[in-house]
Amino acid sequence: MSSVTFDNATRLYPGGTRPAVDKLNLDIADGEFLVLVGPSGCGKSTSLRMLAGLEEVNDGRILIGDRDVTDVPPKDRDIAMVFQNYALYPHMTVAENMGFALKIAGVGKEERATRVLEAAKLLDLEQYLTRKPKALSGGQRQRVAMGRAIVRQPQVFLMDEPLSNLDAKLRVQTRTQIASLQRRLGVTTVYVTHDQTEALTMGDRIAVLKDGLLQQVGTPRDLYEAPQNVFVAGFIGSPAMNLFTADLTEGGVTFGASVVPVDREVLSSASGKQVTVGVRPEDIVVSTDPGAGLEVVVDLVEELGADGYLYGHSEVDGKRTDVVARVDGRLHPSIGDRVHLIPAHDHIHAFDVESGERLNKAIVTA
Amino acid sequence: MSASLSITSATVDPALLDLPWNLPLDEWPSETIASLPKGISRHLVRFAYLSGYVIAVKETTTEMAKGEYDMLRTLQRLDVPCVDPVAVVAGRMDDDGDSLASVLVTRHLRFSLPYRALFSQMLRPDTATRLVDALAVLLVRLHIVGFFWGDVSLTNTLFRRDAGAFAPYLVDAETGKLFDGGLSNGQRENDLEIARVNIAGELMDLQAGGRVEDELDPVEVSNGIVASYRSLWKELTGSEVFASTERWRINERVQRLNELGFDIEELAIRTDEGGTTVRIQPKVVDAGHHQRRLIRLTGLDTGENQARRLLNDLDSYSATVARDGQEVDEEQVAHEWLIRVFEPVVTSIPRDLRGKLEPAEVFHQLLEHRWFMSQREQRDVPLAEALTSYVNDVLRHRRDEATVINPPTESITLPVDVVDDEDDVDWRERV
Repeated sequence: MSSVTFDNATRLYPGGTRPAVDKLNLDIADGEFLVLVGPSGCGKSTSLRMLAGLEEVNDGRILIGDRDVTDVPPKDRDIAMVFQNYALYPHMTVAENMGFALKIAGVGKEERATRVLEAAKLLDLEQYLTRKPKALSGGQRQRVAMGRAIVRQPQVFLMDEPLSNLDAKLRVQTRTQIASLQRRLGVTTVYVTHDQTEALTMGDRIAVLKDGLLQQVGTPRDLYEAPQNVFVAGFIGSPAMNLFTADLTEGGVTFGASVVPVDREVLSSASGKQVTVGVRPEDIVVSTDPGAGLEVVVDLVEELGADGYLYGHSEVDGKRTDVVARVDGRLHPSIGDRVHLIPAHDHIHAFDVESGERLNKAIVTA
Repeated sequence: MSASLSITSATVDPALLDLPWNLPLDEWPSETIASLPKGISRHLVRFAYLSGYVIAVKETTTEMAKGEYDMLRTLQRLDVPCVDPVAVVAGRMDDDGDSLASVLVTRHLRFSLPYRALFSQMLRPDTATRLVDALAVLLVRLHIVGFFWGDVSLTNTLFRRDAGAFAPYLVDAETGKLFDGGLSNGQRENDLEIARVNIAGELMDLQAGGRVEDELDPVEVSNGIVASYRSLWKELTGSEVFASTERWRINERVQRLNELGFDIEELAIRTDEGGTTVRIQPKVVDAGHHQRRLIRLTGLDTGENQARRLLNDLDSYSATVARDGQEVDEEQVAHEWLIRVFEPVVTSIPRDLRGKLEPAEVFHQLLEHRWFMSQREQRDVPLAEALTSYVNDVLRHRRDEATVINPPTESITLPVDVVDDEDDVDWRERV
């Protein structure tokens, strides 16, 4: 097991005008589960492939532990790409399927048996070691495939969208399995996904990328509660955070008919007379006071039992703006109603309209 | 049929609509299903009939089916040998309105076989080596166009017999990705390592099933792909430097590549400032050197090795018709050879035996057969005599390889094959 360091790592494709990954600096601790997340083309897979040795590093370095691996061939990096292929061989037993790559690598028979047994225990496959894949369930087969990677005892596991070809139900199940297995194994893992829910539920920390640039790295809670810029604010969380352009006034920002107090630092550091205000759907209160907050026309209410989500629209700064708010699942407004929404006290995020950078301190929740 | 069924296809075949899309693939009725030799697959794949040809139908997610469909079409445009994508069928629903997995439809390549079907009882080391060499050629060709495969294996390749060698076709592009700027050395090395491990696994699996000869060592055979790949890659892409007085080495390089079955489309030639040394490096190479020559001369479209074999025969025919150093017109002789030698052989194959092998492969095997007969009998056996013997003693006893159709069975390819447990064996002995 080992730490991983991206030190100003840069990848510029031949003929490209801007780097696919631009001066990435990231320290991944020994045993940590780090998720690289971002929209398509953000550089997350390229970053992973740089670590795997599949992409050239044009500038900067990559270290696994203290070892500079920037110019080391992939097979000598002591990493395992999990799920890259999970074909199981029908005539070989579970034990053979898990251990055959060790045989190719010249690992002795006793050592092979020890490692296969250890992996099988971790994967709850001990009792199936003599079975053939045919006699296993879908989930068990997947665990055998994972076993293939585990017995190699690599320093780092790399996973590139490993769940993308699974159906929704199996995806959620496997997600949980991978996360809990990683915690049991304690092997440093770098995991790439475009799905922020997957990132939030699996990672110890998450690194958000956009256009080849690292936007923010932190725990799921850091990212959720203190997004460092508008992009992270809008990307992390489902339903997404509401983002509005709002006028600054003395003592706060206008939110419809209300003025919401913000930190003094927001007022002093904003570059213009407006700020981008962000409010999570759960931080919005529905008011019956017609003179308060932002007037919103209800378009749809999604009922989820105890809770529900209200989807509506409003006029903000002369433009139609969509708004989402969490509401009581039993006592909620109806489609077409006009309601007034106010952000909960101390739960707004403020960003500079020009740079998109965060202006206020992190929101602290109990 | 569901109203929301969506079919994406470049060449829409209306018969596609008649397939039972409202049923999960494993429940398709046997009259729709064709029986073909099976491979190992992660997804459920079955073969069905469509307008007189056979299609492979693979259940997967919509996104992956579309991605693979587009990728296969791109690879075809790049002239990479791969299966022919027919359609993506999405939005399938069963009669209860429940959604079913999307499918990718590809056309089955006639006379192509999965590696497991290329030998009848036991895999011999030399056959395994030829398979691995064929895969190395395919991998080099894919890497030259910038395709990173990600799951190189014998399973993901189909093979056509090619005059003693095998012509490989990519069948599974699911994990592949095309890089415009070409591949890095790391990507190529990774594909090669994946290939090495997968081939060893596949051969070990055959070994576990008792289907390889004792002297075959899976690890040794699989290591063979590395050497084979590297030497071909070096020959096709490497630069060489020589004194400017040795310019004949340019021609030598071109000929070496031709021998390997490649044409150089673009060669970078640079001299140093003093003009004493020359550096050459092929920039664009095209596979199919012999295929193209054969097509130009005869119109016959065959495998590369078959073309080489047929051209050899054509060249020796040419030598026999040339009289005393008299110039012969190459195209005219080729035409003559085609109607006097090749076509009579093909047309004299009984109709019921024509599904056994492709015509060019029959011709190659006939030439081999005649050589063995002549050796044995210590005389020059005429082609007609060899043909009778070949048809009766060899061809008649082969199985059909065009498409294996009988008998139709219920389930052809499952994610993994059926094998009994052997609980009495200590697993430690088998790791």
